Order: sequence, then C-alpha cells, then structure tokens
Amino acid sequence: MSFAGDIVTIVSVSAGAFFFLAGTVGLLRFPDTLTRLHALTKADTLGLGFVVLGLLPQAASLRDGLKLISIWLLALLAGATVSQLIARSARQSGSVR
Amino acid sequence: MSIATVFEIVLAAVVLGLALWTIAVRETYSATVGFVAYGLLVSLIWVRLDAVDVALTEAAIGGGLGGVVLLGAAARLRATETTTAESRMVRLGAAILSAATAAALAVAILLLPDPAPTLAPAAVANASATSLANPVTNVLMAFRGMDTMLEKVVLLLAIVGVWSLASDQAWGGRPGPRHEADPNGVLAFLARLLPPAGIVIGIYILWTGADHPGGAFQGGAVLASMWLLVIMAGLADTPAASSRPLRLVLIAGPGLFLLVGLGGLCFGSAFLAYPIAFAKPLILGVEIAMLLTIAATLALLLAGAPERSMQR
Repeated sequence: MSFAGDIVTIVSVSAGAFFFLAGTVGLLRFPDTLTRLHALTKADTLGLGFVVLGLLPQAASLRDGLKLISIWLLALLAGATVSQLIARSARQSGSVR
Repeated sequence: MSIATVFEIVLAAVVLGLALWTIAVRETYSATVGFVAYGLLVSLIWVRLDAVDVALTEAAIGGGLGGVVLLGAAARLRATETTTAESRMVRLGAAILSAATAAALAVAILLLPDPAPTLAPAAVANASATSLANPVTNVLMAFRGMDTMLEKVVLLLAIVGVWSLASDQAWGGRPGPRHEADPNGVLAFLARLLPPAGIVIGIYILWTGADHPGGAFQGGAVLASMWLLVIMAGLADTPAASSRPLRLVLIAGPGLFLLVGLGGLCFGSAFLAYPIAFAKPLILGVEIAMLLTIAATLALLLAGAPERSMQR
C-alpha cells in the first residue's frame, strides 16, 4: 500500500513540477498579456492539482487530505478570478486588441 | 549534500538576489512587486526554520497586506516619479548610510554569544501553566503578554495616524474611494463566494493557535482581506471613521487586554498575571477581541484616510 502510494506521489508531483515549469516558460516566452495569463493559470491549476494529488497518499489523516484538497480548490478559485480581472483590465487599458 | 541543503542554499541565494534587485530597480512599482515576492520567499525560509507562526505572519503581512499598502503608495507616487537621478552627493550619502547600517547589523550578529542565550526551554517547561500547547501563543499571550498588548496599542496609533491625513471636510467621513464594480461581474461573484469560507478559515486559524501554529494576528489578517474584498467589489462601503461601533471594535482588543491585566493586579500577583484556573478562558477572550480589532485595523489601514465627508 505504502509502496503504491509512493509511486503515485513521485509520478504526480513530477507531473505537477513539469506543468509549473511549462507554465513558467510560457510566462517568460509568450508574446502578450493574454497568452501569458493562459500559460500561468494552466500551471497553477494543473500543476498544483497534480502536486496535491501526489501528496494525498502521504497525508496522515483524512482531515489533512481534506485540507490539501480545500487549498487546491481555493487556489483554483483565486487563480481563475484574478486571471479574469487581469485580462479585463489589460483589454480596457488597450494593451491587447 | 542532501536535497534539503541544496534547496536551502538555492532559496537563500534567490532571496538575496531578489533583495538586491528590489533595492537596485528604478520604478517604485517594480520594487514593490519584488518586495512582495521577497516576503513570500522569506516566509518559506521561516517554514524551513520550523517557525511556522512567523511564516504565516510574514506571508499575510509582508507578502499580502503590506504589499497592497505599498502598491497603493506606488500608484499614488507614479505621477510624481522622476526619471532623472538624484545628485551624486545624495546617492553617495544614502549608499554610505545603508552600508554602515548593514555593517553594524552584521557585526552585532557576529558578536552574539554562541550558543545564543535562550528562554525557550523555560517557555516549554512552563507550558502547562496556561493549558495551551503552542509555545508561541504562550509567550505572546502570557509570558510576554505586555509586548503583545503594547503592539495592539501601536496598531491603534497607526490608524489614528492614517486618519489624521484626512482633510478638514472629510474628517470623520468614510475612508477611501467608493468602489464601483459590475454587480454581476467576476469580482462581485468572488466577493460573495469567498468570504463565508474565508471567515471560517480566519476563526479556525485563531482557534487552532492554542495548540498549533496560528493565532489572532494571522486570523485577523485573513478576516481583514475578506472585508476588503467585499469593499473593493462595491458590495459594502467602509464605515465612517466617526462611527461609534467601529471605534468600539478598534479599542476592543487592547482595552480588554488592559482590563484583564489590571484584574491581574487586583486579584492576582502582578499586572497581566492570569489566575491559573481561568488562564485559558481569559486568554481566549482577549484573543477573540484582538481578532476583531486586528481585522478592522488592518482593513482600515489599507482603506486609507477618510476622503468623503459624511453627507456623501
């Protein structure tokens, strides 16, 4: 059980790290605000989601697991909302067409 | 070298680099963004040092609310910002002053005795006196309660200072601009959805502070940000600075703390001495009052000086 859990952890956290890396590269390389936001929010949601998924087998109790999941849900909510707000203000200020 | 050591070295290097960048960069806005990132990374260092209480406070104040204050200041200063550099003498003077301060701090740290004198074993040994398991809360609320009480008085002075910046017409009025946002927009949606969860989390952080990292300051910061979210989404307005209920909330924390301290003088052995049997309920009562005070003070510090007179 613990061996299978460790495998899940290693695979999921690695996948999460990959999405964070990809998101960061996108943030640095993409040409304008909207595409950069796209890269960033994908890193947040998918990357953090995989990291949380990977940490779940290591959680000591059900309570800790639920805390991890609620952190991910709150980050999802904040990320989605803030990216909408940034995109809107970028459009209104005329920096994107 | 273990992975943890490598991580710590990389973390320290990034923090130092970010600090240098924050000092060196020209625009106030960029420096502010650098400072916020710096605060979040420093809170990671506190986690590595097992000081989770400090990490929570650093993330909430250094990275969060402090960053918002600085961003507001940077936005106001943008119009007056000049691209021309100060004169050579001013820059040289500032550099000498900064370098001397840094050198004095470095010398002071090198002169500290090793191992440093510590009261940590005494604090842990006497933890049973308050029936709280978190040693940080014990120190803050009982062993060094005086410092915490005075800290809350400082918060009160800070809000008096901010309000004093109001013009005569706006004195006693509502702080900050009236925020207008699309009532069906994303921000208003978040301001309706998040606060119920945020209020529970803020109270939970206070409650768990008895036995685990957390406490009134961290919980108060979460509550303050929830209130600010509702204000910024235009769902609620800031209360007038002259409002009596608001002023009662602002003095609740330090006032109750002072009252309990004087009670210790009358019924106990010293100022701020809790009777052993009532230590936990008394500390909890003071912390709840402090939670409200801290939440209101932090939010109003961010809202700024009263700008609108009572009529509007």
